[in-house]
Amino acid sequence: MKTSINAQNLRKTYGDLVAVDDVSFQVLPGECFGILGPNGAGKTSIIHMIYGVSPRTGGSLQIFELDADQHLRAIKARLGVCQQDNSLDPDLTVRQNLEVFARYFSIPQAIARERAEKLLKFMALDHRQDSLAIDLSGGMMRRLIIARALINEPELLILDEPTTGLDPQSRHQVWERLEELRASGLSILLTTHYMDEASRLCDRVVIMDHGCILVTGEPAALIKEHIGHDIIEAEAPSAGLREYIRERQWRHEDLGHRLIVYVEEGKDMFHEISKLCTKEGCLMRMATLEDVFLKLTGRDLRE
Amino acid sequence: MKAPYDLSLLCWRVWQRNVTVYRKNWKVVFIPPLLEPLLYLLAFGVGFSTLVGKFQYQGSEMPYLRFIAPALIAINIMQNAFFETTYASFVRMYYQKTFDALMATPLTLEEIITGEIVWGATKSVIATAIMLAVVSLFGLIDYPSGLLLIPLSFLGGLAFGAIGMYFTGIVKTIELFNLPVFLFITPMFLFSGTFFPVEHLPRWAEWLAAILPLTHLVKICRALGWGQYDLSLLWEGAYFVVFFLIFFPLAIAKMRKRLMK
Repeated sequence: MKTSINAQNLRKTYGDLVAVDDVSFQVLPGECFGILGPNGAGKTSIIHMIYGVSPRTGGSLQIFELDADQHLRAIKARLGVCQQDNSLDPDLTVRQNLEVFARYFSIPQAIARERAEKLLKFMALDHRQDSLAIDLSGGMMRRLIIARALINEPELLILDEPTTGLDPQSRHQVWERLEELRASGLSILLTTHYMDEASRLCDRVVIMDHGCILVTGEPAALIKEHIGHDIIEAEAPSAGLREYIRERQWRHEDLGHRLIVYVEEGKDMFHEISKLCTKEGCLMRMATLEDVFLKLTGRDLRE
Repeated sequence: MKAPYDLSLLCWRVWQRNVTVYRKNWKVVFIPPLLEPLLYLLAFGVGFSTLVGKFQYQGSEMPYLRFIAPALIAINIMQNAFFETTYASFVRMYYQKTFDALMATPLTLEEIITGEIVWGATKSVIATAIMLAVVSLFGLIDYPSGLLLIPLSFLGGLAFGAIGMYFTGIVKTIELFNLPVFLFITPMFLFSGTFFPVEHLPRWAEWLAAILPLTHLVKICRALGWGQYDLSLLWEGAYFVVFFLIFFPLAIAKMRKRLMK
């Protein structure tokens, strides 16, 4: 089977700190693969190892079936990378940002100009092509960074938290563009801690914590396997309700002020439970990837 | 790891990027090398010369302005490269994340750093050309040997650019550049035979000055600017080649430590 990325027992340590702990995964051509995890889970460390700014402590890594140590320059020529930080050239215009970047890939000027034009249109930035990059809004900057990562027509696009800090409109616009790219057959590796983003974009995800992969799979399958179909949340649960649920041995999580019940088919159960609490304090909803994420990585703050 | 340096002509792409930005701001960045020599010549020519009176150097009498004009060019070579690969490179690396973006392209770390240092040297060349034109208007430089100051500015720029990049590899914050500026650049500016001959210094200070790069650069600038060169100048030139060969690998090593995560 061909792979875009084949990582086996990837390991990264900083002194005593283990940032990535024997992680193995594969990204297939044409697939959108998500790495999810709370802050400090090791997502960015993995990305850094892929484009070679972070030497591996251990494990093997092949990208486009090439050894990442031996062929780094050839690999990087075929990658598009969007880092977390804004790394645009603030002194240059939107168009210049793309054209200057094209030079690093030795793309001839005429072709670079053509591609820049196409990408600016695609990212809805063509009306701002002569503005300085520093004058763009956050959403526009993010789109320009993605456009810049596409200037070499990469075979694999790497996105490190592509929508962090964007307003809802900008996020949706970025998602739509990424969906189009995915539909065109581009392989995408993306890290995020937004579960809605992962559910919407990713064919497969891994959920990581403390440098380890906890689960791998399709978002819908993970929800079904770890949560079920529905969630019933009861606010300020009474002792009676707790008792009722314990007796029936329903899968649940007790947060003290809030009771979360995982159910396969929730309609009837909701009917019963809602009788035991106030009407406003009880709701039923579909389970999401966020429920899986919180169940697996816990609810403690990561600071 | 593998081969010690992965360095190709792609480093010119980094240089080219800086040229593109420079051309965008050229109206602003052109002014200092144009104005600075005029300010110095005004201060020293009109103000200071009258105090100095008849100036004796190595047995012959000369106007004080003619004494300092080549030194001004030497200082300017040092400052342009050094400030480019310290403050300006630091801004690109730390605030603009330019190096991070470059690392995700086919460029290697060595190419990025080399491109930056070569750009620093280029800044020295540009500033030298402008300054040379201004100073020559006052008849302070002899030609054709004075033209050799242009290639010299590139060599000197590489040396000062390399040590500047070394400091960029080790400082924690941009404010800390104050240390090399106060302990290295400013003393050289004052005591490298720039505004008075090093022979006027006490013996120990004269020896100290002989180690510092600006002393040698001032010497070469005077020789070329006054048309009094001989083969011993090659030794002075060799000083800068060695200086560069020491600090270039150090700069790469420190920047690797800084940029590799």
